[in-house]
Amino acid sequence: MGSWLMRPERQQQLELEQRHGQQQQDQSHGQQQQLDQSHLQQQQQEQQQQEQRQRYEELAHKSGFSRKQIKTLHKRFRHLSGNKEMMRREHLDAIPQLSHNPIKKQIIDAFFDKRNQHQGMVGSYEEITLDQFLMVMSHFRPLAHISRGEERQAASKQKLRLLFNMHDKDSDGIITLAEYRKVVEELLCKSGDFGDQVAKAIARAAMLEAADKALDDFYEGITFEMFQLMLKALELESRMHIRF
Amino acid sequence: MPARTRVTASLLSLLPLLPLLPLLPLLPLAAAGAADGIPGSSPAAFEDVQSHGGGYRVVQWEWTYVQTPYVIAVWLLVASVAKILFHLSQRFTTVVPESCLLILLGLALGGLVLLASERQPYQLEPALFFLFLLPTIVGDAGYFMPARLFFDNLGAILTYAVAGTLWNAFCTGFGLHAAKLMGLIDERVQAGMMDFLLFGALISAVDPVAVLAVFEEVHVNDTLFIIVFGESLLNDAVTVVLYKVYISFVEVGVENVQTADYFKGIASFLVVSVGGTLVGLVFAVLLSFLTRFTKRVRIIEPLFVFLMVYLAYLTAELFSLSSILSMTFCGIGANKYVEANISQKSRTTVKYTMKTLASIAETLIFIFLGISAVDKSKWAWDTGLVACTLVFIFIFRAAGVVAQTWVLNRFRLVPLEKMDQVVMSYGGLRGAVAFALVVLLDDKRVKAKDYFVATTIVVVFFTVMFQGLTIKPLVKWLKVPRSTSRKPTINEEIHERAFDHILTAVEDIAGLQGYHHWRDKWEQFDKNHLSKLLLRKSVYRKSELWEAYQKINIRDAISLIDQGGNVLTSARLSLPSMTSGASFPDAANVTNYLRENGSGVCLDLQVIHNIPGGKVEEDMETHHFLAENLYKPRRRYQSHYSRHFISAGAKERQDREVFQRNMKSRMETVKSGRPKRHKKERNAKKRRGSEDKAGRSGGQRGKDPVGVPLGSDEDEDQGERSDPEKEEDVGITFVAVKAETPKRRPHSVAADAHLPWKGVGVLWPPPCVSLEATKVIPVDLQQAWNQSISSLESVSLPRHEGGRAPRPISYTPPGGPVSPPPEEDEEEDETRPLVPSLKAALKPPPPRVYLRSLVTAPPPPGSEDPCARGPTQL
Repeated sequence: MGSWLMRPERQQQLELEQRHGQQQQDQSHGQQQQLDQSHLQQQQQEQQQQEQRQRYEELAHKSGFSRKQIKTLHKRFRHLSGNKEMMRREHLDAIPQLSHNPIKKQIIDAFFDKRNQHQGMVGSYEEITLDQFLMVMSHFRPLAHISRGEERQAASKQKLRLLFNMHDKDSDGIITLAEYRKVVEELLCKSGDFGDQVAKAIARAAMLEAADKALDDFYEGITFEMFQLMLKALELESRMHIRF
Repeated sequence: MPARTRVTASLLSLLPLLPLLPLLPLLPLAAAGAADGIPGSSPAAFEDVQSHGGGYRVVQWEWTYVQTPYVIAVWLLVASVAKILFHLSQRFTTVVPESCLLILLGLALGGLVLLASERQPYQLEPALFFLFLLPTIVGDAGYFMPARLFFDNLGAILTYAVAGTLWNAFCTGFGLHAAKLMGLIDERVQAGMMDFLLFGALISAVDPVAVLAVFEEVHVNDTLFIIVFGESLLNDAVTVVLYKVYISFVEVGVENVQTADYFKGIASFLVVSVGGTLVGLVFAVLLSFLTRFTKRVRIIEPLFVFLMVYLAYLTAELFSLSSILSMTFCGIGANKYVEANISQKSRTTVKYTMKTLASIAETLIFIFLGISAVDKSKWAWDTGLVACTLVFIFIFRAAGVVAQTWVLNRFRLVPLEKMDQVVMSYGGLRGAVAFALVVLLDDKRVKAKDYFVATTIVVVFFTVMFQGLTIKPLVKWLKVPRSTSRKPTINEEIHERAFDHILTAVEDIAGLQGYHHWRDKWEQFDKNHLSKLLLRKSVYRKSELWEAYQKINIRDAISLIDQGGNVLTSARLSLPSMTSGASFPDAANVTNYLRENGSGVCLDLQVIHNIPGGKVEEDMETHHFLAENLYKPRRRYQSHYSRHFISAGAKERQDREVFQRNMKSRMETVKSGRPKRHKKERNAKKRRGSEDKAGRSGGQRGKDPVGVPLGSDEDEDQGERSDPEKEEDVGITFVAVKAETPKRRPHSVAADAHLPWKGVGVLWPPPCVSLEATKVIPVDLQQAWNQSISSLESVSLPRHEGGRAPRPISYTPPGGPVSPPPEEDEEEDETRPLVPSLKAALKPPPPRVYLRSLVTAPPPPGSEDPCARGPTQL
C-alpha cells in the first residue's frame, strides 16, 4: 500500500518522464497524422498519456516491475501483437527464436492460463492484454537483493505454482502421471538428446521417483505440496529468473 | 659426496626402518642428468667384471644404475605412505587439512636432511614443478571442472582473476615500496620500486594448488568454490605477464623503460591469455576428434586424453603463453565429447589416473615446500618485509574482493553475500606457484632475492597452514551454505533442463538477449555442428540426468529384490547407455554367454569390438533395447537362482549362503526403515527358485557349454569379482560414498553382474549373437511383456510358465548345466512351508509394488484396488 500513499510526490516526476517518453515514441513512429494535429488531439493525447501513466503505475504495483521495465515490455508486447491491445497465441507462436524450444507450447499456454493471474480463475484466455502478459512475466522477475525469508518463500512458491500449472493441464490441482509423463517426454524428446524410448523410460523413472518420495499409502498424482517437496532442493527463488 | 655415503650406509644397515626411508631420496633428484651416462656404463662394468675373471660376484651393488628412478619411486612412496598415516585418524584429518600435515612432514624431513648434509640437495625445482607437478593438478582440475557452473559464473571469475590480481599486485608492490621508503623495511633489503612490484606480482596470485587442497576439504557451496578456484586458475595469465614484464623492466632498468613498453605489456597480456585459451581449445577439438576413432584401440584411449591435455600445456609453454589457461580450457572443452566417445572403462581409467596423479603431485608439492624451507641459504629474514607483506596481501585482498563484489552484485542475479566475501578474502591462499616463481628470480639482477624467497615461504606457510587450518571453523561459524554431496534426483534434473528452456523462452518472448538466449544459441550450435563433428555417431549424450536415472534404477532394483523380485521396473534398468557401473562383471558375463552358445567366437575383447558399419550399431542398439526390455528380468532371476542354488558341494553352498547374507545385510542398511523385508526377500528367492526350476525342467535349456567347463566355480568367481569392482567404482565417484556404497554393491551383484547386454557401450557382442537374439523377439512385445510381468507380479500364485513367451535359448543362465536333481528336491521341500507365510505377507500389496504395476503394466487381477483411477491408463 505504501506506493499509493507516495503517489502525489511521484506523480510530477512520473508525468515528466511519461511525456518525454511518449514524445519520443511519437517521433519514432513518425505518423503523418501528426502533421495536422489539432489542439483537440493534443488534449486527447495528454489524456491518453495520463491514462497510460496510471495504467503503468497500477501495473507496476501489481506485477512488481519498474516503470521502465513495463515500458520495455509494453513495447515488446505491441511489437509481438502487431500494435494491438490484445495478444493471441499465434503471435507468440510466430516468434522465430521459439521454434526449436522443446516446451514452447507449454510456455505459451502458461501465458494464456487464467490460473497464473492469481485471481482464482480457471481456464484459459483466447486473448490476453498487457496486464496478463505482465503478470505471467512477473514470475520471472529477480528478487530484490535484500529480501527476507518470507518474501523469498512467497516468490519461490509463486514460481513453483507457475511450473505446476504448466504441468497440470486439466487444472484439477493434481498432476496425474499421464500429464507428467507427457511433459517429460516432450522435454526430452524434442530437445533431441534422447530417443523416444529412452525419454519414455526416463519419464517413467521420474514418476516413480516422485511417487517414491511423496506417497505413503495411496497415490493419485502429484499435488502441489508434493511438487514443492520434490523441487525443494532446486532453490527456485534464486534460479528461475531472468534480467529484464 | 658425504650425503650419498651417509645415505648409502643407512640404507645398508637400516633398510627395514621405515622412518629412515625418507632419507634415501637425499641423493640429488636433480642429478638425473648426471646419471644419464650411468645406464650405459654400468652394464659395461658388469661385463668387465665377468670377462676379467677375478671371481664371479654373486651380488653386485648397482646403485648408480638405478639411482634416479629409485629415488623418484621412493619419494612417491614416502608421500603416499604419509597420506595413509595422516588418514589413520579420521578426527584428526577433519580438523587439520592434509596440506598442513604435508608441509609439517616436509619440514621434518628437511630437518633430517639438513642434519645429514650441510646443504639442502632437495628443493622444489621450478622446472620440475612447472613441467610435471603443476600440469597434473591443473589437468585434473580442468578436465573435471564443472563446465556449466564455471561458465555460469565466468563473469565473476574473470573479474576476480584479472582485476583482482592486478589490484593485488600493484597495491602490494606499491605498499611495500612505501613501507621501504618509510623505513619499515630494513636497509639490507636492496630493492627498488620495480623489485617490489615484481615481488607483488608473484605474491599476489591466488594459487590453484593451495586452493584446491584447502577448499576440497571445506566443502563450501559450489558457486563460492568455483569462483575462488576459477580465479586461481585464470589469474595465471595475469601473473605470468606481470612477472615477465617486470623482470624485463628490472633487467633494462627502470629509467630506460619507455611508454611503449607499458603498451607492449598490455598487448602481451592479451596475447598470453587469449593465445593460451585458443591453444587449449584447439587441442580440445583435436582430442575430441581423435577419440572419435579410437574404437578399435580402446586400450590406449586414456592415453590420448593425457597426452593431448599435457601437450596443450607444453605447447602453451613453448610459445610462452599461459599454460594453465591452455590446459584448463582444453580440459573443459574436451570433457563432454571425450567422455561420450570413450568407453566406460577408459572413462574410469582416465578419472582414476588423473586423480591419482594430481593427488600425488599435490602431496609432493607440499612436502617439497616444507623441505625447501629448511635451508640455511634461504634464511634471509627481515621482519619488516615479512610483516608488511602479510598485512598487505591480506588487506588488499579483502578490499579488492569487497569492491569487486559490490560492482558484480549490481549485475549478478544471485548476489554474493557478505559471508561469501569473507570466505573469498580469507581463501586467497598463496602457494607453490609463487614459490617457484620467486626461486626462478635471478639474484644478480634482483638483489633482494633471498629476502623475497624467505618472505614468500613465510607467506605460503602462513596462508596454507594458518588460514587453511582456520577456514573450516570460520566457514562453520559464519554458516556459509555448504555444498551437498547429494546427487540430484531425476525430477530435479528434468526440471533443471526445463528451467533452461523456460527461461530461454521467456527471454525470447520478452525480446531480451540475455544470458539464456546466448547459452541457447551456443547449445544449438553445439548440437548442429560441433557434436556432429566431434561425437561418434552412435553415441548417446550422457548427462547428469543419466546418473540420476541410474541411481534411481539401482535403488529400485534393491527395493525390488526386497519385495520379492518384482521385475516390472527392470525395463528401466536396460537402457543402452546405462553401461556405467558394469565393466568387469559384464565382460565375464559376455564371455560366459558366448561360450554357452558355442558360437566359437574369439573372446579377445578387442576383437569383440570390431563391428563394421554404423548402421549395424544402430540396429544393435535398438535390438539391445528391446531384448533387454523383454528378457532381462528372466535372465536376472535365473542367474540369481543359479548363483544361489546350483552349487554342487556343501561347502560351496555354505559360501554362497554367507555371500547372500552379506548382501542382505547391506541392503538392510539401505532400507533400514522397512521391517519384515528380510523374510519377504527370502521367500521371494525361494519362489523364484522354484519357478525357475519349473522352467528348466521344461527343457528350455538343453545345451552344453562349449569350451571351458562352466559351473558353480565360475559363478562364485563372478560374485566375488564384481564386488571389488564395485568398490573401486565407488571410490571413483568421490561423492556421497557412504550413501552409495550399500546401494551399489547389491546392485552389482544381483542385477548388474548378470546382464550381458549392459556392456553394450563397452563390449559389442559379435553380430552372430545379435542375429540369434533378434529372432526371438516376439511380435507382440507388449503383450508378452505384460504377461511375464503379471505372472511374476502375482506373487502368491506360482504360475510357472503360464502365459509367458517361450524362453529363448540364447538366454540361458550363465551358471552352467550342473543341476543335481536331489538338491532340487531338497530346496523344494524348503520352499513349501514358506508359501503360506509369503501369501500372508503380501496380502495387502505394498504400495510400491502396486504403483509399479500402475506405471508399467496393468495390475494383476488379484491386486485390484478400488482406488485405482486415472494412472492406470498409462
